[in-house]
Amino acid sequence: MTHYIQSHLQTLEDESIYIIREVVAQFQKPVLLFSGGKDSITLARLAQKAFYPAKIPFPFLHIDTGHNFPETIEFRDQLVKELGVELIVRYVQDSIDQKKVQEETGKYASRNALQTVTLLDAIEEFGFDACMGGARRDEEKSRAKERIFSVRDDFGQWDAKKQRPELFNILNGKIHFGENVRAFPISNWTEEDVWNYIAQEEIGLPSIYFAHKRKLVKRDGAFLAHSDYLNLVETDEIVESIVRFRTVGDMTCTAAFVSEANTIPDIMYENKSSKSSERGARMDDKRSEAALEQRKKGGYF
Amino acid sequence: MDLLRINTAGSVDDGKSTLIGRFLNDSHALTIEQEELIIKKTKEKGLEDLDFSVITDGLIAEREQGITIDVAHIYFSSDKRKFIIADSPGHVEYTRNMVTGASNSEVSIILIDARKGLLEQTYRHYFISNLLRLKTVVFCINKMDLVQFSEDVFLSIAADINKMAGKFEYKPHVHILPISSLKGDNVVNHSEAMQWYTGQTLSEVLHDIKPGEAQTADFRFDVQQVMHVQNNEFIDYRAYAGRVISGSIAIGDEVIVLPSGQKSKVAELRKFTNTFNEVKTGQSIQLRLEDDVDVSRGMMLVKDNDEKLLSKDIKATLVWLDEKQTIPGGRYLLQAGTRTVQCKLQQIEAVIPPENPEELVQADTLKLNDIARVSLKTATPAFIDSFENNRLNGAFIIIDPQTNNTVGVGFSE
Repeated sequence: MTHYIQSHLQTLEDESIYIIREVVAQFQKPVLLFSGGKDSITLARLAQKAFYPAKIPFPFLHIDTGHNFPETIEFRDQLVKELGVELIVRYVQDSIDQKKVQEETGKYASRNALQTVTLLDAIEEFGFDACMGGARRDEEKSRAKERIFSVRDDFGQWDAKKQRPELFNILNGKIHFGENVRAFPISNWTEEDVWNYIAQEEIGLPSIYFAHKRKLVKRDGAFLAHSDYLNLVETDEIVESIVRFRTVGDMTCTAAFVSEANTIPDIMYENKSSKSSERGARMDDKRSEAALEQRKKGGYF
Repeated sequence: MDLLRINTAGSVDDGKSTLIGRFLNDSHALTIEQEELIIKKTKEKGLEDLDFSVITDGLIAEREQGITIDVAHIYFSSDKRKFIIADSPGHVEYTRNMVTGASNSEVSIILIDARKGLLEQTYRHYFISNLLRLKTVVFCINKMDLVQFSEDVFLSIAADINKMAGKFEYKPHVHILPISSLKGDNVVNHSEAMQWYTGQTLSEVLHDIKPGEAQTADFRFDVQQVMHVQNNEFIDYRAYAGRVISGSIAIGDEVIVLPSGQKSKVAELRKFTNTFNEVKTGQSIQLRLEDDVDVSRGMMLVKDNDEKLLSKDIKATLVWLDEKQTIPGGRYLLQAGTRTVQCKLQQIEAVIPPENPEELVQADTLKLNDIARVSLKTATPAFIDSFENNRLNGAFIIIDPQTNNTVGVGFSE
């Protein structure tokens, strides 16, 4: 069993390193989109391995909604310091102040979808031609259709019908001026693979991934972290419980799991037996069946 | 527990997405969200049997049109094995996506509607599976419930399949199964309605296949980039970052740099803080040589010189994937591994009709989805093996320099 996990993970790691190096070789100005979640942390580790003993040759970009878990930001700053990479942060708040986007209102208000405009502006500002992200095909069904190199036009749009064929290990990164590529080095990893890798490599994670006591808002049967960013309504119930987060997005749209799992093996065991999917905790995906695809077409990651 | 990569193919409405949904459901591998979605959609559509297709048809256009447009990758595990299923579209215009799905698989599942028998797409999908040298092809004759679970229908289609497979030189392991994905017969559970069938269910077949044993091919190392590092720990460190495409290499082995032919010996094999005595197929590493030789991105390291790798004339089977036709004289870019070179389509020797691969048709142009034997000329060598000898270093893509799109995929002879 142990042997299998290592060799399977090694295959995945080798493939990801190959992809990251291809991005650096084929593009002028690549960037890694870093959210502070476990997938982008895994990606950061793979980038480190791809270039060691040299430093990671591209910056990290964080699109900050201003509604992050403070634990994630703290972790992010520590990690970039350790890796010695440049961190660029662009704020959704700035896009709101510039009146480029409008803050959502009401019970389900979230800044998650607003990130797109800030991201596209950052891509233009720095002239990034390749944005690497930690999306995985097992996460959600429109993600399952992404190529490893996914070409976006000037407006960041994804045309699912016109994707390039992608064969064997041959990655065609040729683009026209103004276009950019979203590259997904861990496309073929599953949630379980990521957790196995984090355990094997002893990669640190923000504390919110592990069981902790927290003030919560119970809404529509889900537990959201209590914060100033959440617009409370009468039916909301404020409770306190021991929880952990399985995926890390905004505080306004990421639901917590009631759990006492505070080691990686416990988390993996619990995930496996829960039968619920990882993005099941993302309220932003639940808005409609095609919520994620629609955001992706508009340039969302 | 090991991993098996599968692709599914078939014509429109053959029920691929339903089969995958059924397979997951009967293997108890659906998430709660997926189960809820199936029940909700089945009710909305007023169907009698559960609608499993909603699991894989992930795009809005797919649900609107009720068809699969692009390859969906589905990951799941049974008690014994992990699976990655690439669900490819059935429409002929999306053949390029079927090639994409099959290129990274070991097994093809081809669906056939029991009422219709073999269709153009069946021949095409078998041809592509054959071209890609997949080891196993499983034909699922689906919708047996709509032909009264008739053994005669099954036997007649099975005979057609054997006739088709007999025309090819390369013979994969072929399995032929009567199933009903809608009702669940012979997918995971044995059929009660088809007592005459005593063979394996799809799940049993997929669990019995032995996943790809390592290929014994010659050493090929693609240089992705040259690394220079100068710090306290690494003094004047110069290494070649890349991937072992095939074969293996050990410290002290002599290597030849292509295209220059310069020779040196391997001094170090490294990944991150680990160093190795030997590395094998698939490993992404940094390789250091004893001598200061001229190496840059796109070059290849090999153990033995092989004249074929340096040839600028390539004979290949080419699958054309672009709406825009091509003719001899067309200028393109050819990409193999990390190399991109200019190339010209010299000659279309013959178009191969998938229904009858022995018949070679003369043609002046290549149209979307045509499969042809061609000869190409490259400006500089692309270091390609014959696909037959080395599956990992025998394929290439053709890029249109005007659109930057991948317009063809080739398999070198």
